[in-house]
Amino acid sequence: MIRKFSMALAVMLGACALTGAAKAQEVRLMCSFDLETCDVMRSLLKKYEDKHPDVHIIADGVPYAAVMESLPAQLDSGNGPDMAVITDLGSMNRFYLDLTPYVDAKYWQDNFGPYLTWYRNGPADKGIYGLQMILTVTGPIINRTLFDQANVALPGRDATMDDWAAAARKVAAATGALYPMALDRSGHRFAGPAISHGAKIFAESKPILVDEGFSTFARKFVEWNQDGTMARQVWGGKGGNAFQDAIPEFVNGQLVYYFSGSWQTTVFEHQIGSNFDWEVVPPPCGPATCTGMPGGSGLVGFKHTKHPETVASIINFLAQDDNYAEFIDRTRNVPAHAGVAAKGVDYKGSDPQVQKALKVWTEEARSLSPIAYAYQGYKNNRSMFNITVQRITQAIVGELTIDEALARAKSDLDAALKQAK
Amino acid sequence: MSRIIGFLTRTRGRKGRLHWTDWLCYAYLGLAVLMMFGPVIWLVLSSFKTSADLERFPPRLLPYAQDVVTVAGQAAPLPAYRDAEGRVLGLVRRIGLVGQLIDPEKPAEIVKLPMAELRPLERLQFAVSNYSGAFSSFNLPLYFGNSLVITVTSTLIILLVNSMAAFALSKYRFRGRDAVLGLIIATLMIPHAVILVPLFLITSKLGLVDSLWGVIIPGSATATGVFLLRQYMLTIPDEILDAARMDKASEWKIYWRIILPLSAPALAVLAILAVMWRWNDFLWPLIVLTHHEDFTLQLALYSFQGEMKTEWGKLLATTVFILTPMAVVFMFLQKYIATGIASTGGK
Amino acid sequence: MDRIVAPIIRAVMGIVDVPFALAQRVLGQRRIAWLFLAPNLFFFGVFAFLPIGLNFAYALTGGDQMFLAGRPYVGVDNFSVLLSCRSYFDPNSCEYDLFWRSVWNTLVFVMLQVGFMVAISLLTAIILNRDLVARGFFRAVFFFPVLLSPVVVALIWKWILQRHGVLNAVFVALGIAPVDWLLSANLAFGWSIFISVWAHMGFYTLILLAGLQAIPRDVYEAAQLDRASRFRIFRRITLPLLAPTLLVVLVLSLIKGVQTFDEIFAFTGGGPGSATTFIVQSIYHIGFAGTPRNHGLAAAASLILALVLVVLTTLQFWANKGHRHE
Repeated sequence: MIRKFSMALAVMLGACALTGAAKAQEVRLMCSFDLETCDVMRSLLKKYEDKHPDVHIIADGVPYAAVMESLPAQLDSGNGPDMAVITDLGSMNRFYLDLTPYVDAKYWQDNFGPYLTWYRNGPADKGIYGLQMILTVTGPIINRTLFDQANVALPGRDATMDDWAAAARKVAAATGALYPMALDRSGHRFAGPAISHGAKIFAESKPILVDEGFSTFARKFVEWNQDGTMARQVWGGKGGNAFQDAIPEFVNGQLVYYFSGSWQTTVFEHQIGSNFDWEVVPPPCGPATCTGMPGGSGLVGFKHTKHPETVASIINFLAQDDNYAEFIDRTRNVPAHAGVAAKGVDYKGSDPQVQKALKVWTEEARSLSPIAYAYQGYKNNRSMFNITVQRITQAIVGELTIDEALARAKSDLDAALKQAK
Repeated sequence: MSRIIGFLTRTRGRKGRLHWTDWLCYAYLGLAVLMMFGPVIWLVLSSFKTSADLERFPPRLLPYAQDVVTVAGQAAPLPAYRDAEGRVLGLVRRIGLVGQLIDPEKPAEIVKLPMAELRPLERLQFAVSNYSGAFSSFNLPLYFGNSLVITVTSTLIILLVNSMAAFALSKYRFRGRDAVLGLIIATLMIPHAVILVPLFLITSKLGLVDSLWGVIIPGSATATGVFLLRQYMLTIPDEILDAARMDKASEWKIYWRIILPLSAPALAVLAILAVMWRWNDFLWPLIVLTHHEDFTLQLALYSFQGEMKTEWGKLLATTVFILTPMAVVFMFLQKYIATGIASTGGK
Repeated sequence: MDRIVAPIIRAVMGIVDVPFALAQRVLGQRRIAWLFLAPNLFFFGVFAFLPIGLNFAYALTGGDQMFLAGRPYVGVDNFSVLLSCRSYFDPNSCEYDLFWRSVWNTLVFVMLQVGFMVAISLLTAIILNRDLVARGFFRAVFFFPVLLSPVVVALIWKWILQRHGVLNAVFVALGIAPVDWLLSANLAFGWSIFISVWAHMGFYTLILLAGLQAIPRDVYEAAQLDRASRFRIFRRITLPLLAPTLLVVLVLSLIKGVQTFDEIFAFTGGGPGSATTFIVQSIYHIGFAGTPRNHGLAAAASLILALVLVVLTTLQFWANKGHRHE
């Protein structure tokens, strides 16, 4: 009886193994579904599968926390998917598959040139590792309807953040909106205004994070959180380096001026609809410049994959003009691809508000400060973002004075650099 | 009537009326019922509210949905409002504090009125849109199946492995017994979260990552389980075992035929605890399981609290979905849980 | 169902009996205990003792690699980073201030939480021990939250406490201004204690209730004959006879309290600032969720935590022994 059973089992297992070998190359893709890229990618990948019947691509939509925390641990231990859509671009460089041998390097250089460096280990590294799926730009979005109701004129193109703060306070007071301003709880969002205030982030190509410009903005920001200019729950309600947005406040018309980024376009398209008019305005100025931060998510392959050629060919497939344009069109994002950007994307089926917003974002992307680009391209920037969030929050809630917080941020950076090497 | 009151207020042991301390106790217990069940019931009611109703302040106890009016010339039915004059109007769009409305009787004309003067027309309705939304975002039936497989398999393994160990530690005298017991109890001190990295390393070396076994196996041996079962088995008289040995029963038969049936109450308690542990686990599955076909319900729940947005509607619906099996377990085993834990835990 | 499952189980157990009988002949009746222990010890060995052992190795090495082979030996560096403070009472004076904040948060949290937990559980158990109608139902009511997952517990209370939540609605109805419950450090800390007591008191109540029911009735009857007051009976009879059970509850709630993590993590995320960041979350953050991840430092911190737990538990048992001899 037992022998019969085990025979059957062995036959079954053998059959499975055989069909497995004869059939497809199975490739796993990990993406975070709250970035909304997963679904659109799936339909594009379907096209790839139609052309390559021997390849089977499984896209795992996972919690964002899994991409940020579990994926590095999995890679560390030699596991993990064959490819992934990630937002922490530089720090996992040692696991990336170099696509150079499999793709047309010139095409990639011409179209994705500035973004290829974001995935590299340093200036000496010349590899092609990742496809910049989404280019994002951070910047402010305002509730235009509230401005109109309060009869407050929009500050102009070179208005400073203080001008905007004054205007937003006036609007909030006149309309009864609860919060004049908010800025996502993220070191990446903080960086744009900080650079506008004169933060250099690097000195002699070494990261310093805290300098006079950074401190000026930090002081201002903490003060604004304490006097009610900024919605305090966004930064002050959280601990550690947890992300927090102000989408509910903005969508419900309680927030006048929201410093976030271009990826919010779809969110607002769906959640605000025609409830009120919203508008993207240029990044506020500081004494130094007027800039947001570039950013976004990219698709990378991993070295440990059993099918490097297939992985590279899938990534290359998505990088082609038509596929890339379709992806950007459907996800309502700013294109990173130079050719696609030059041709323009028409964002089929979106309302005029959305098209206008994306046009502004696309223009912003060209005029960002070089410091912002350098910061985004630096491989350990995630540590610096986290330090910013952690320490500035402590100053906001009063656990540390702002001077202590800035001093801690400096020593944290030293420790992090020593640890990351 | 007075008999009913008499029945409700009688005391068990003594005859006569309630002492004032009894009233106090009932008041305390009544409050406790409200505190323990109230929040959960509130959550369940909220999960049936539409997203507009969820945002409403102050919130209402029961879910309401807005009535709609059909207006000629409009593609979809419009949300219905009543204005100060008592007319029923359909809202076309809202711009800031001003609404653009249409009177169904004069479909060509748009009326502009301040929203503050309008009252929405509503009726009681349990909206299932949150549930259908949650089900369309995730393959919840599959995740439910995974959670179930993990919970059931894991519970069976926990019961077997821990009862064998408890038997050895309670019914045999051998060298090193106290040391082993001490070591096992010492692991109570180590929370899972602080040995995450080495545990993950070992699990991945054993090839258990991205498989349900990766969640089931590492939690098989539990200090609580061994301790609880051992304490209970100590109360089983040794004479029974000796009698069985006289009849030439093997040690395995003694464990299987005598000890296990006699430990049923303690096993039931451990079973309930094990079900609870595995069903509710989220940190470890989050790290070990990355393939969507292996996902558990807790991971889906965790996902809705995504970094980019919190969708309360779907979140509440998924919460109710996760909570329901536990509530069912609770309803059916309520009596058993209470007496079981009381009879084992205190010894 | 029974006709299919029962014979299979019987067959499996019969098969298992063969090696056991064989082993019994070789090992003898006493040493066969090890065979019963074997599966358990195997799982403990691989998934508890080995990771703890590896933690020692991590604690003595640095770098960001997960495999030990890639980690340089750094001696006690990790411990000295953690332990270097000008004053241990002031986290701001420590090199690793966030860890020490979490240590002090945990200390205050555990003292308050265990205090409330034991007091409320004891009160509830005493009430449930009276002759009441529907006692079985009431007894079970308290256990219901114990069954809920930490994430669910956190969500339920977040939903109630948010700015547009039902608690603020009650406040507004009473004419009080709404409060941002989780925005002030003290309020968030207070609510963390509240929800952890809410979620776990049922377990301890049942254990204490069992202890109360084990006290023989005749002891009370004798005391009542002596016309002792209720309070005196409680102090002179109930408490001393309940002492062993109370100790179990105290030790268990203390160990669990120090290990508090998931529900508060899901509830407040450790904030505002670091007001509700406790030791385990801090270790999780250092070693896993933060960037760059520092396994060595996290391992060193976990060893310090384990040491503290062992000392605390031993102290309690020791204190109890002394008390009894008195």
